[in-house]
Amino acid sequence: MSTTDHVHDLGMPAANPIDAAVAASVASQGEKQTALKAKDFKTDQEVRWCPGCGDYVILNAVQSFLPSLGIAREDMVIVSGIGCSSRFPYYMNTYGMHSIHGRAPAIATGLAVSRPDLSVWVVTGDGDSLSIGGNHLIHALRRNVNITILLFNNRIYGLTKGQYSPTSEVGKVTKSTPMGSLDHPFNPVSLAIGAEATFVGRAMDSDRKGLTDVLRQAAEHQGTALVEIYQNCNIFNDGAFDLLKDPATGTQWSIPLVHGEPLVFGADGAACVVRDDLGGLRIAETNQVDASDIVVHDAHREDSSYAYALSRLSSQDLRYTPMGVFRSVQKPTYDRMMSEQLDVAAAEGSDDLDAILGGNDTWTVSA
Amino acid sequence: MTATDPAVTAGSSAPGGLVKSVVELDRVVIRLAGDSGDGMQLTGNRFTSETASFGNDLSTLPNFPAEIRAPTGTLPGVSSFQLHFADHDIMTPGDAPDVLVAMNPAALKANLADLPGGGLLILDADEFTPRNLAKVGYATNPIEDGSLEGWQTVSVPLTSMTLDALADSGLGKKEAERSKNMFTLGLLSWMYHRPTEGTIRFLERQFRRKPEIAAANIAAFRAGYNYGETTEAFAVSYEIKPAPMAPGKYRNISGNQALSLGLVAAAKRSGLPLFLGAYPITPASDILHELSKHKAFGIRTFQAEDEIAGIASAIGASFGGALGVTTTSGPGVSLKSEALALAIMTELPLVVVDVQRGGPSTGLPTKTEQSDLLQAMFGRNGEAPLAVIAPRSPGDCFDAAIEAARIAITYRTPVMLLSDGYLANGAEPWQVPSSEDLPDLTGAVDFATEPNGSTADGTPEFLPYLRNPETLARPWAIPGTAGMQHRIGGLEKADKTGNISYDPENHDFMTRTRQAKIDGIAASIGPTDVDDPTGDARVAVIGWGSTYGPIGAGVRRVRRSGRKVAQIHLRHLNPFPADLGEVLARYDRVVCPEMNLGQLALLLRAKYLVDIQSHTQVRGLPFRAAELAAVIQDVIDSTSGAPLAADPTGGGE
Ligand SMILES: Cc1ncc(C[n+]2csc(CCOP(=O)(O)OP(=O)(O)O)c2C)c(N)n1
Ligand code: SF4
Ligand SMILES: [Mg+2]
Repeated sequence: MSTTDHVHDLGMPAANPIDAAVAASVASQGEKQTALKAKDFKTDQEVRWCPGCGDYVILNAVQSFLPSLGIAREDMVIVSGIGCSSRFPYYMNTYGMHSIHGRAPAIATGLAVSRPDLSVWVVTGDGDSLSIGGNHLIHALRRNVNITILLFNNRIYGLTKGQYSPTSEVGKVTKSTPMGSLDHPFNPVSLAIGAEATFVGRAMDSDRKGLTDVLRQAAEHQGTALVEIYQNCNIFNDGAFDLLKDPATGTQWSIPLVHGEPLVFGADGAACVVRDDLGGLRIAETNQVDASDIVVHDAHREDSSYAYALSRLSSQDLRYTPMGVFRSVQKPTYDRMMSEQLDVAAAEGSDDLDAILGGNDTWTVSA
Repeated sequence: MTATDPAVTAGSSAPGGLVKSVVELDRVVIRLAGDSGDGMQLTGNRFTSETASFGNDLSTLPNFPAEIRAPTGTLPGVSSFQLHFADHDIMTPGDAPDVLVAMNPAALKANLADLPGGGLLILDADEFTPRNLAKVGYATNPIEDGSLEGWQTVSVPLTSMTLDALADSGLGKKEAERSKNMFTLGLLSWMYHRPTEGTIRFLERQFRRKPEIAAANIAAFRAGYNYGETTEAFAVSYEIKPAPMAPGKYRNISGNQALSLGLVAAAKRSGLPLFLGAYPITPASDILHELSKHKAFGIRTFQAEDEIAGIASAIGASFGGALGVTTTSGPGVSLKSEALALAIMTELPLVVVDVQRGGPSTGLPTKTEQSDLLQAMFGRNGEAPLAVIAPRSPGDCFDAAIEAARIAITYRTPVMLLSDGYLANGAEPWQVPSSEDLPDLTGAVDFATEPNGSTADGTPEFLPYLRNPETLARPWAIPGTAGMQHRIGGLEKADKTGNISYDPENHDFMTRTRQAKIDGIAASIGPTDVDDPTGDARVAVIGWGSTYGPIGAGVRRVRRSGRKVAQIHLRHLNPFPADLGEVLARYDRVVCPEMNLGQLALLLRAKYLVDIQSHTQVRGLPFRAAELAAVIQDVIDSTSGAPLAADPTGGGE
């Protein structure tokens, strides 16, 4: 047996096949198509949500706003779990995967870390993300993988025909809880902040402007962004958000979050948010406090206790619900850090297959 | 010793004028046993490396408790390492040791029953204190009460000799004592004429940052070696000549190492980036550890929050064009089942490694078993066919990993690779292949970049479920490829378009097509591997996975007795090789030994209507060759009528 070194990499592909496939397709259509319209994001699939479902409104809002991001359709991937809301990818002319119940954040994580060039989105429901998939959600958030998660919260299990969900209010009467549900709900925003989320927002399905505004910030965020979207299920939980939607009560009970603006709300700005004695936040009547005591919203605050306190202002019956971006801070993203480790390893080491096959200790048997 | 023809070949003169004889052996089985804290696995691995570099053929069986540190000196805390090495090619770690080294009373008690009468027993006399004896229920000291008379017992104060050797090292007593395993290794290295430079280099490397510890261990190792040379306790040393091996470059390799390197090679030879999503679990974790070291190859390893996320992330990566891999053991496979079915439905490449261990539930985490075959075959809802393959030896894990990747990429399907604890931790010499001789998988990748159909009005369109007519694989179009946007998922897909379909005829068609695709893999795998030297055996033994070694060793014994037997060993468990039914039909009787309750036998009976004779054992340990030889002999003799005289259960491999 000769001991001469082998000539390495004979017959190996010249370029990485992923880059080659992407380049070939772009070449065949001239250049990346990024000047798009809402209709370009529609598919030929018949949308099958119940008439009047809040999911339609969200789909329209997303399709209308996406062109403004300037991302080509082929560079976008929407991964969903299972539920009414998780049918979303079928209606979007992007790449998509309608996966299994609760696992979308994990699938999206594998995709986003191995393809940092893509814009990866997750569409999930309150049952999908907070019951069966709760573990994946919190871990995606703490890792800060570059994905955008849209959590459609209708406070009910829609697809399985109306059982209570982890966001249903205590005492919810459903088919599975004829005497009322017993368990205390999650507040998804509090949960996400507790799980180290770097971006957390909340929006209403019917509020096109507010929804678009939060979605845009979420899409532009580097890292995991969670947007809780209140979504009406007109079949099994109709009117769940009427307190906030009804013009008569909406202004009274929602707190608009605008970065850099004082937290004043209600008819004629009658209510506001101030610090309480223990460092938390409380609601006050604007004319009873000093203007300088009114909290000015700062979504970029590093310390998450402020955003958490904001999320705790609301109760499960939706009074005092902050709407908008709670928290948006910059931290290194998991996918980028992983790529950097690979770069460092490549610079310091080699990818000589024969070298690692041989290892440290070999011996030679000669003929 | 069970060696054949021990011959005194030479006398060596040691310092001090002691003349010692050298006995030549053809093979030896040594078992090192001690407390979990005594470093027996490390000692065993070092002795293995010395033996490998000396050129013997070898096979190892580490056996350790699931507890990291069971209470010192107790039976549950005993850890052992068995090594079989020879001047000829061998297939198993040996049925029983010829030499047992017991570092304390617990190790003696737990292992003595396995040492045949007359075997060499080496004891650390220092550890046989009243306290340690009482811990394991010895009323009297076996070294003194005559109960060890049936063995050649050599009781030496290993601990105190280690302390003496390190008296000037500056180390405290406790720390110095830790080196007694290296003292023992030194003694054994002398006894079996092992090369020592490798161990010295290893210790220097291992304790690079603690030079005083490196120095102490090296001093203890040398002291043990010198003690062997000068003591009168050991009058004989042994020589086991190198085994003839095909010319080439060799290394010693464990199954988990080989499997990891096979995955790296598959990535390199396909050009695909490798993504591993895994959650730690014994005995699979070492694959995660090994692959994590090879980031320079562009390998991404992701320690997920659970096994579900492990496979889910790998599916996501495969969707993006990576070679997605997830590694686990049986309990993890249970958790992955639903996602595995998603990969079957979405028809994405995926390699799932199950390093099987004793089950069910947590079972015997550190022991071996091959009881996940039916789980691999059927452990999912719906008709969810899965390609299943198994390696036969530690080194073969390398080729099996490449084969798994080949099937996954070519057929766009998940593949289950069934290794086991014995293969994972066991080691053998492995001929290092040259990368250019490995299969070239680049052609199988073939990402789709252009529409493959057109709509009614003639507009080009991408049909994600329009299949390759030969392999039935669907096109793999990865995100980022313009004009190929499509949606996949777990809902039934319409043929060609991949749109959601509830059509009864379509579901029937797609179900059969998914099955046909897996069945069709058989066209790419070659005929059944049959070893029947005379070509006229009436009895065959069929096995899969890690039983290859023990079955092969049993078969050799049977043949040496003048009987004829064929050995069939399966790499592919789903689909089986196309000719397997015909092959089985050739024999009057077919015996199937398995470390489960007859899972392969069940599949073979169901598929081929052959009356397979199942022989099973689930002791958490590999089969003994002698036991298998006896089983095969009985079958042969009851088939042919006239039993032969020789007893196949005796003798070496
Ligand atoms: C493993 C598994 N368990 C249960 C189901 C049934 N299932 C489908 S959707 C769903 C709940 C969905 O609720 P949510 O996530 O809130 O989605 P919605 O339908 O309300 O949008 C359940 C329990 C399933 N598909 N898979
Ligand atoms: S059940 Fe509710 S959530 Fe589901 S589609 Fe109908 S309205 Fe929408
Ligand atoms: Mg819901």
